[in-house]
Order: sequence, then structure tokens, then C-alpha cells
Amino acid sequence: MSLHPSRASNTASGSLWMYIVGFILSIVLTLAALWLALARQFSTEVLLTAILILAILQIGVQMFFFMHITESPKPQFNLWILGLGMFFTFVVISGSIWIMSFGGGQGY
Amino acid sequence: MTIAHDSFSAHGQHSNPDVPLEYSLEEGALRIFGFWLFLATDLVLFACLFATYVILQDNTAGGPTEMQLFNVPSFTAETLILLTSSFTGGLGTYAMHKGSRRALITWMIITVLLGLSFIGLEVKEFVTYATHGAPLQRSAFLSAFFTLVGTHGAHVSLGILWMLSIIYQLARRGITPITARKVFIVGLYWHFLDIVWVFIFTVVYLNGVMS
Repeated sequence: MSLHPSRASNTASGSLWMYIVGFILSIVLTLAALWLALARQFSTEVLLTAILILAILQIGVQMFFFMHITESPKPQFNLWILGLGMFFTFVVISGSIWIMSFGGGQGY
Repeated sequence: MTIAHDSFSAHGQHSNPDVPLEYSLEEGALRIFGFWLFLATDLVLFACLFATYVILQDNTAGGPTEMQLFNVPSFTAETLILLTSSFTGGLGTYAMHKGSRRALITWMIITVLLGLSFIGLEVKEFVTYATHGAPLQRSAFLSAFFTLVGTHGAHVSLGILWMLSIIYQLARRGITPITARKVFIVGLYWHFLDIVWVFIFTVVYLNGVMS
């Protein structure tokens, strides 16, 4: 491992502004989702998509500004394992919704 | 991780100022990677609980619905408190990188207090539901709700105890490569719980008051 990647990333954890910008972004994303849900200016499908996108952006904010995912020593195996966890999450949730939507409307 | 070995000195001292303290021992770097493995598996646990909730949320069995139960000011307060605690936890890690034990402990205590107020609000919410005809066993929706939100609450409670034990270790031993690694890992855990909560806020609460 060369020393340069960690030096470059050290400036990230070394900056207080990273945390302040991350905090402001996380609050703005949350209030935007809240406003969208309460104002109900759009159809439910559009709203649901919009607030889910805001939640996904929030993952990015927490991971980049607070968890410093770009700073871990290279090679970044943690990003691979995180990607695998997210893939499993996507498959379990979307697969469950998909298969249960063929239930013919009966209760379970 | 053998590639990373070159940057650590043979006698395990923190000799390289360019490597953050928590990564300065090879064991520290390995344990941090191990914790990422845990987070990925914990994510799969929450994926199962979210999938269950999404499937069962409309099966209220004639009991209370999301619309009737969820209180906007209450869940918004919980969300803002947890987001703020993620920020103060981050400031703790920042103080640690600056080498200030006093600031680190102060930020961690603030984070613990915010975590406790979050748990307080959640317990109040659960007690209100349970005593107003919406206990865990009332409907499939409520079983899925209490399991998902309660599992997150249990994680936060554990995180509070964990942070208290690290504050104690910091007070006794100061900032060393070992305590720095522990602070960094509990920070990862705390930010991860914040991410899970953002999805509970979106999928459970906002979706519940929207439909």
C-alpha cells in the first residue's frame, strides 16, 4: 500500500466542514422528504419514488461524510462486502414484494 | 490484507503520521474490516424485517392503521435527534483525529444523551400504542411494525451501553491505537443505525401517513 491514498484521504477526516456539510445535507434531505409526504402535491407512486430516492441519497451522505468509506486502506474490500450486503437487501425486499403481489389479493 | 502490511512498522508503533491512528496496527485494520463484515450481515437482517413489514403493512385485521397511530411531530423529533447524534458522533471521531481526549469524551457523552432521548421517545410511543388497543399481537401489521422498529431500538440501546464502556476506557487509558479503533468502530455502528432509521422513517412512517 502506498502512503499517498491515506494522505489524500486524511484531509477528508481532517476537515470539520465535511461533518458540518454532511449534517446540513442530512437534515435538508429529511425535511424535504417530510414536506413531500405531508404536502401530497403528487400521486402516491411519484411521492413514494421521490422519498425513496431521498433516503438513498441519505445513505450516500452518511457513508461519505460521516463513515469516510473512501478512507479505508486499499484495496477496499469493505466496499465489496457492503455492495454484496446491499445486493442481498435489494433481492430480499424486491423479491418478496414481487412474489407476494401474485397472491390474488387474499389475506395471509 | 497482506498488501497493507508494508505500511505498519514491525514493532507496532504508530510511526507513520499519514495513517489514521485506528488503522495504525494491522490488528486494528483487520478488526475494522471485520466490523464491516458484521454491518453487511446486519443489513441482511434488517432487509428481512423490512420485506416482512412491506408485505404485511396492510393486514391490520380490523385494528388500528398506520394513519391512525403514527404521530408526525413525534417521529420527526425521533429522526432529527438521531441524525444530530450521528453528527455529534462524527465530531467525536474528528476530535479523536485531532488528539483531543476531552473533546472526544464530551462529544461521545452528547451522543449518548441524544441516543437516550431517542430511546425515551420510542419507548413512550410503544407504550402509547400498546395501551391504546395496538399491542404487538393485535395484527400482522403491528407484529411486523414492533419487530422492525424494536430491533432497531434494541441496536441503539446496545450502542449506548457500548459507547459508555468506551468512554470509560478513554477516561482511563486515553487515545491509543486500541481505543481509537474502538471509537472508530462504534462510530461506524452508530452511523449505520442512522441509515437504517432513515429507511424506517421513509418506508414505515412517511409511507404510513401518506397513503
